[in-house]
Amino acid sequence: MAYDWLKGIEDHYDIVVIGSGLGGLTGANVLAKCGHKVLLLEHHYQLGGLATWFTRKGGHIFDISLHGFPIGMIKSVRKYWSQNIADSIVQLKGVRFINPQFSIDTTFDREDFTRQLVEKFKVAAGTVERFFTDLRAMNFYDSNPETTGQMFARYFPGRDDVQRLLMEPIAYANGSTLDDPAITFGIVFSNFMSKGVYTFQGGSDMLIRKMAAELKKNGVEVRKHVVVEKILTEDHAGRKRVAGVVANGRAIRCDTVLSNSNIKNTVLRLAGEESFSPEFVAQAKAVRVNSSSCQVYLGIRKGETLPHIGDLVFTSEEPVFSSEKLVDLHTTSRTFSMYYPDTRPGSDRYTVVVSINAKYEDWNAMTPEQYAAEKERLIEESIAALERHIPDVRAKIEWREAATPRTIEYYTRHWAGTSFGTKFEGLKVSMDLPAQLPGLYHAGSVGIIMSGWLGTINYGVIVANQIDKALAAKKRAAVPASA
Amino acid sequence: MTKEDCKKLVIDIISDIAPDEDLTAIKPEVKLRDQLQLDSMDFLDIVMELRKRHGIEVPEADYSHLASLESCAEYLTPKFAAKA
Ligand SMILES: Cc1cc2nc3c(=O)[nH]c(=O)nc-3n(C[C@H](O)[C@H](O)[C@H](O)COP(=O)(O)OP(=O)(O)OC[C@H]3O[C@@H](n4cnc5c(N)ncnc54)[C@H](O)[C@@H]3O)c2cc1C
Repeated sequence: MAYDWLKGIEDHYDIVVIGSGLGGLTGANVLAKCGHKVLLLEHHYQLGGLATWFTRKGGHIFDISLHGFPIGMIKSVRKYWSQNIADSIVQLKGVRFINPQFSIDTTFDREDFTRQLVEKFKVAAGTVERFFTDLRAMNFYDSNPETTGQMFARYFPGRDDVQRLLMEPIAYANGSTLDDPAITFGIVFSNFMSKGVYTFQGGSDMLIRKMAAELKKNGVEVRKHVVVEKILTEDHAGRKRVAGVVANGRAIRCDTVLSNSNIKNTVLRLAGEESFSPEFVAQAKAVRVNSSSCQVYLGIRKGETLPHIGDLVFTSEEPVFSSEKLVDLHTTSRTFSMYYPDTRPGSDRYTVVVSINAKYEDWNAMTPEQYAAEKERLIEESIAALERHIPDVRAKIEWREAATPRTIEYYTRHWAGTSFGTKFEGLKVSMDLPAQLPGLYHAGSVGIIMSGWLGTINYGVIVANQIDKALAAKKRAAVPASA
Repeated sequence: MTKEDCKKLVIDIISDIAPDEDLTAIKPEVKLRDQLQLDSMDFLDIVMELRKRHGIEVPEADYSHLASLESCAEYLTPKFAAKA
């Protein structure tokens, strides 16, 4: 008989969290610390969602989404997890750009970018200052129709090169394009520019292990290998509300569901169209998802070393930046994330992860033979590109492997294998959810700004606060005021 | 509860949210954001802590009342009194 991954769970929880991405993990932790009874269900055999890693024969460990995040992570991790976890966050100082328009080394912060823009790109200091200050003042609730491309044209007219410097790293970080609202660029860019790029020393595995220990300490019941198939509703005073979930074929009752599954999956597949008004269903269907990614993982043989060529190296052979070209099947734009031994103190190993933005449709349409051949091409092209910076690297590579949008879909069940959640309109659908179906909440990459490690952690807290507020009101109503 | 007691409770909360800040010299009339490194997430934490520690609910529309220590005391003291 199959193992029962739900063995020993209770019949009822205050909150069931669907999914263990950073948004789900953080929401679960905050809610447990507020005193609620929380059950967290993850379909994969590992927690973390996209904040994940895998190991391969030969002692190779590959991190999927540990390339860099803004300094705000230190504060958020300290407040919503622990000081101990926050203590492992360190700066990555070697950010490089290599493309036909320019080659620069930078610490990727406001001070250094100002210097480069003024000295190297010859932009007037006043313009740079105004750009940074205006961006800093952007709010996500501002209703400004300007796109990122239009904004660049306003500050830096005719400057393809400046546009590339500003846009390329953010397009890798959140999948946004020149046609997305300017704030989707502005908020994320400002977060990075405040103090540069940071990483988690010890690797994704250590981060998730420490988070799991913290969840346990705070009383969250965590179960892996459990797929939530359905969100259950019941009629309450003439209105539908959440009553529980069906997971691995079993019904589990709860007052509230916090879904960390993609917003479109949550509305259209898990709760189902029948749970909402036709208008809301139409809104959810209209939400566009962001692009996806390919990655090439190169494991360096034990005993071999690599020279320090930077931590994050943004390379491209495209003559100018274009959002379309960046996701093209044959793009030459790649980010090399170089993992030196200090990624995992005590280790003497090197790995390289090459990230390439991609379109799900391209990869989903392939036959099995094409798929295998295209993955091999991706690996070959990535190694050839790396040889330009490390000529003898090929002979040092022991493990080579590629992931595609289909890999992401397989492991996270995300709609169209999206790496970066949804376009801006997804945020409204996510935030409106509890008003549409009482008891159902969503926290996870949406709206571009609520994505990335920092965005999803903070969004998990924002939504946990709404749940805590609703549950506290319910408890108050159930207990007479004088008691 | 006096307004001074209320300010103390708010400072207790802020000292946990922002342990690196020096809170001994806060000017009650000046916006907290203008004297401390507090962002919108920190204000959300203040709201959550008021609920958790004192059972006080601050509706979103009233978040602006948390701007300075003085306005906090003005807004929260009656709420504490209503609970007593
Ligand atoms: C290649 C790549 C590189 C990236 N690099 C960076 C980076 O350098 N810095 C950065 O800040 N961000 C990066 N990101 C983005 C960042 O990783 C994500 O935005 C963030 O981790 C997403 O968190 P989330 O809370 O939305 O949940 P996700 O990580 O998307 O997790 C959702 C979880 O829900 C589970 N789930 C879904 N449906 C069900 C179900 N029905 N039942 C049970 N479980 C379910 C999934 O298995 C998954 O574990 C990168 C992303 C990718 C793909």
